[in-house]
Amino acid sequence: MRTLAGIALFGLVMLPLPALLASQVWLNFLVMTLFFALLGIAWNVVGGYGGQFSFGHAAFFGTGAYCAAVLQAQLGLAAWLGFALAPVAGGAVAGVVGFLSFRYGLRGSYFALVTLAFAEVLRILANSAGFTGGGSGLLIKLAPGAANLQFADRSGFYYLVLALVIAGLLLSLWIERSRFGSYLVAVRENEDAARALGVDAFAIKLRAIVLSGAIAGVAGAVYAQMFLYVDPGLAFGPTMSVEALLVPIVGGMGTVFGPVLGSLALHLLSEAGRSVLGQAPGLNLALYGVLLVIMVLFLPDGLVGLLRRVRRRFLRGRADA
Amino acid sequence: MSQLPIVVPSVLNGLTTGAIYALVALGLTLIYGVLHIINFAHGSLLMLAMFGVFFLHKLAGLDPYLALLVVPPACFVAGYALQRGVIARASHGKDHNILLVTLGIAIAIENVAIYFWRSDTRTLDLSYAFDTVNLGVALVALPRVVAFAGALVVAGGLWLFMARTDLGRAIRAVAKERQGARVVGIDVEHVFAMSFAIGTACVGVAACLLMPTFYVTPQVGHSFVLIAFTVVVLGGMGSFPGALAGGLIIGVTESLCGLFLGESLGQIGIFAIFIAILLLRPSGLLGHRA
Amino acid sequence: MSARSSTRRLTRRRFVAGTSAAAVAVAGFPAILRAQGGPIKIGLLHPVTGPISFSGLQCRAGAELAVEAVNAAGGIKSLGGRKLEAVLGDAESKPDVGVAQVEKMNEAGVAAIVGPFASGIALATTQAAAKHGIAHVVDVGVVDQIVERGLANTFRFGPGLKSIVDTALSNLVKINDGAGKPAKTVMLVHEDSAFGSGMAKTLNERLPALGFQVLETIPHATPTRDFTNIALKIKAANPDLVIPSNYNNEYILLARTMRQQGVRPKAIYSILGGGANLKFIKESPDDAAYIIDCNHWFDNRNAEAKALRQKTEAKGLFITYEVMLAHECVRLVADAIERAKSTDRAAIVKALAESTWAGHFMPYGPTKFVNGQNQGARPVNLQVLDKDFKVVFPPDVAEAKPVFPMPRT
Repeated sequence: MRTLAGIALFGLVMLPLPALLASQVWLNFLVMTLFFALLGIAWNVVGGYGGQFSFGHAAFFGTGAYCAAVLQAQLGLAAWLGFALAPVAGGAVAGVVGFLSFRYGLRGSYFALVTLAFAEVLRILANSAGFTGGGSGLLIKLAPGAANLQFADRSGFYYLVLALVIAGLLLSLWIERSRFGSYLVAVRENEDAARALGVDAFAIKLRAIVLSGAIAGVAGAVYAQMFLYVDPGLAFGPTMSVEALLVPIVGGMGTVFGPVLGSLALHLLSEAGRSVLGQAPGLNLALYGVLLVIMVLFLPDGLVGLLRRVRRRFLRGRADA
Repeated sequence: MSQLPIVVPSVLNGLTTGAIYALVALGLTLIYGVLHIINFAHGSLLMLAMFGVFFLHKLAGLDPYLALLVVPPACFVAGYALQRGVIARASHGKDHNILLVTLGIAIAIENVAIYFWRSDTRTLDLSYAFDTVNLGVALVALPRVVAFAGALVVAGGLWLFMARTDLGRAIRAVAKERQGARVVGIDVEHVFAMSFAIGTACVGVAACLLMPTFYVTPQVGHSFVLIAFTVVVLGGMGSFPGALAGGLIIGVTESLCGLFLGESLGQIGIFAIFIAILLLRPSGLLGHRA
Repeated sequence: MSARSSTRRLTRRRFVAGTSAAAVAVAGFPAILRAQGGPIKIGLLHPVTGPISFSGLQCRAGAELAVEAVNAAGGIKSLGGRKLEAVLGDAESKPDVGVAQVEKMNEAGVAAIVGPFASGIALATTQAAAKHGIAHVVDVGVVDQIVERGLANTFRFGPGLKSIVDTALSNLVKINDGAGKPAKTVMLVHEDSAFGSGMAKTLNERLPALGFQVLETIPHATPTRDFTNIALKIKAANPDLVIPSNYNNEYILLARTMRQQGVRPKAIYSILGGGANLKFIKESPDDAAYIIDCNHWFDNRNAEAKALRQKTEAKGLFITYEVMLAHECVRLVADAIERAKSTDRAAIVKALAESTWAGHFMPYGPTKFVNGQNQGARPVNLQVLDKDFKVVFPPDVAEAKPVFPMPRT
């Protein structure tokens, strides 16, 4: 109940922000924070709750992005349709990747590397195929209007991504509460033991990765709508795969709010880097890298772990008094 | 087809390129085999080593091959310090934390390099860079032949080292059974750091052998690190002969796929092999099943 | 010393501007005073980190030199000599970061934006700037769609891809005809992302009609670690001409490997050849000798062009087309502000649209924008002669005659 109340509170706080924020910079900051939180929520389903470390979420993200772009730019179909089909496409690719790698029992770093390789294969294919526009990428026609999922005002995207993130949080909460979720966690903690207790580990992991791929596919479609341009490197390159896992690991894996906190922390970190050292090319990102190391040094269990520690100490302190 | 007469030179060329992949992968496979971590910083350490070779030549006039006496030892020290001082300390023994830490280190190193040396492409203009060895069927560049020989020597040396020395035995023990090794009195932290140091020294060797024909930019590591992972998996994690064989196979595959599928789509051959090996024989060609 | 302290002040001010618009007035000067007499802010947005940071840094260097030059010449005279002030932004080679920087520049109160080198980023940043009505002058991005989307704020001073290819091909035909048509067969080597594949597609459509037979088209990835295969293929097919379209590193590796394998076509004729630059020429003069490149370049004979080259080299940099184009784009904006007699964004956009600026050193003639594209913009042919880049075509700006075919040594 507490978590549900937390999600409601999160929604209530976030909803009026565009009206209150005078600054487009900060609005844009929030849109991108929420966007990467969404990508992190996707990764968290299979990586956090399921313990399957994917290094290739760009495969699902990129499929969603290309789904939106190809349907509009090549087939002239409506933006909403591409948006609706993106999770289907992302989930389908995830299903194939998951089926192959789980069927053959890949775990740990082997699973990580095979997902990375699938993303690379898709990048090369997108680079060579005709309908993806090859290396030139695809340009979605600029036509502002909510019907085309292009918002002249950034707050349009804000509400869209916010709604998706809240849906993702509710989904994470459902995973925590459902039988599927407890099986998934059981598989993460000890796959052999879970199997001995009659859990169909293969089916559970497959469901998790399809769900995860579907959410990443939605994130891809959002990206395509925001920047109206997709190319193989942007869609399937390793940057998105890294962002997808960085966000929940920093925030707290296998927790509902981990991805949101992680995304916020990472974006604040990189903003801080830019503000302090923005004029010196490279130094700001170097600082970001160092801060990342320092953060891991002091927060081995992510931000949610820190919050839990603080709360425990606080509660203990109150009990003492 | 115009392709056929150049199949032989192309295979030879693949072998020499593969030797470089093997050199980068030798270090990675050691780190991977012992610490069981995906070391994101491997590529940026290669880049740093290459800059080291470049500046030793530009500022001190040191030949890249003579830099073999300087750069790998420096890499060794840096690797030891990095593992002992940063990675072990920050990771708290959790694999996902090691991943974040090496990622953070990679981002930091790469961008410090951009700050100091900008993103210029730097090449060394050496008198012998264009000498070729005529093998009858093909011209092979001299530095590539040297690199090929270097990879063989390093792989052989590492293999001997692991088989014959106490430290080598300790490394193997830790790789196989961490807790057990600790129980029998092996300083596991020291072994970790030594593995990381030797792995980084291999990267130093690769840098010296690469610079005569290659360029260096702050991003140069990216073009090798993914391939190196492929080679490691293909050969079997922790196996030196595997890494050598894997490197050569990947080099030839890349070369032939490039020839017949085009250099662009040809890259897919590497990943197809990679995925097939992972799915069908995840222990790799020469690795032991875990 | 003074330069350093001014950068630091700029950093802090930008930080404040990012934190909250209200705080600017508190931390800086009174807002009204700034609006009247303070410097005019120009956003310089380039990818100075990430994979394309070499070009981004070159652009930034050129643009900053232009800001210095405008200020040294007395600033904007119609506004009482107000100075320009650069607001720097790093697009980190990513479109989303580029957009975030545009938002920051908007709130920092820039009058116009110059940038962002890459087409993929330009598509996103021009759109973001359009929302705020900020004039966005695209310095390099050559993809034609950038100026074909009906964005009134978007201007491109240099030529677009289609016009570059048109010019490159017509120049090639003229050079070849002038030498008695020695070249009949062609091989294309291109990198496989937006720029290279687009170029190869167009060339494949156009070359046969011009009397050239395309023997083979070879795409390759960026980065490609080894060009021996490609060099061998070229050797086997033995074309008269090799036309590479790729970025810096691959261009250099290709040229070096071709020489290593003893491949000598009649000419290497690149279009927007990434590596055909002075750094490569100085570092490996023998690999680069006689390469012809059709690219952006200034009129080498122009006095201001010579001065810019000196200033660039004094900073320890090589002069490249990025430096030139970004430099002139800033001066184009300065000219527009001068005529607009205002820092009002709409007035600047209007002044740019009506621009007929002839004071630049590019071989374009006076500017004339139609739908944001400068009509006179064109590339020129350069050749590596005497360890330098000489303009060899068209004749009206040429300082030397093209050496075609290249001598066999």
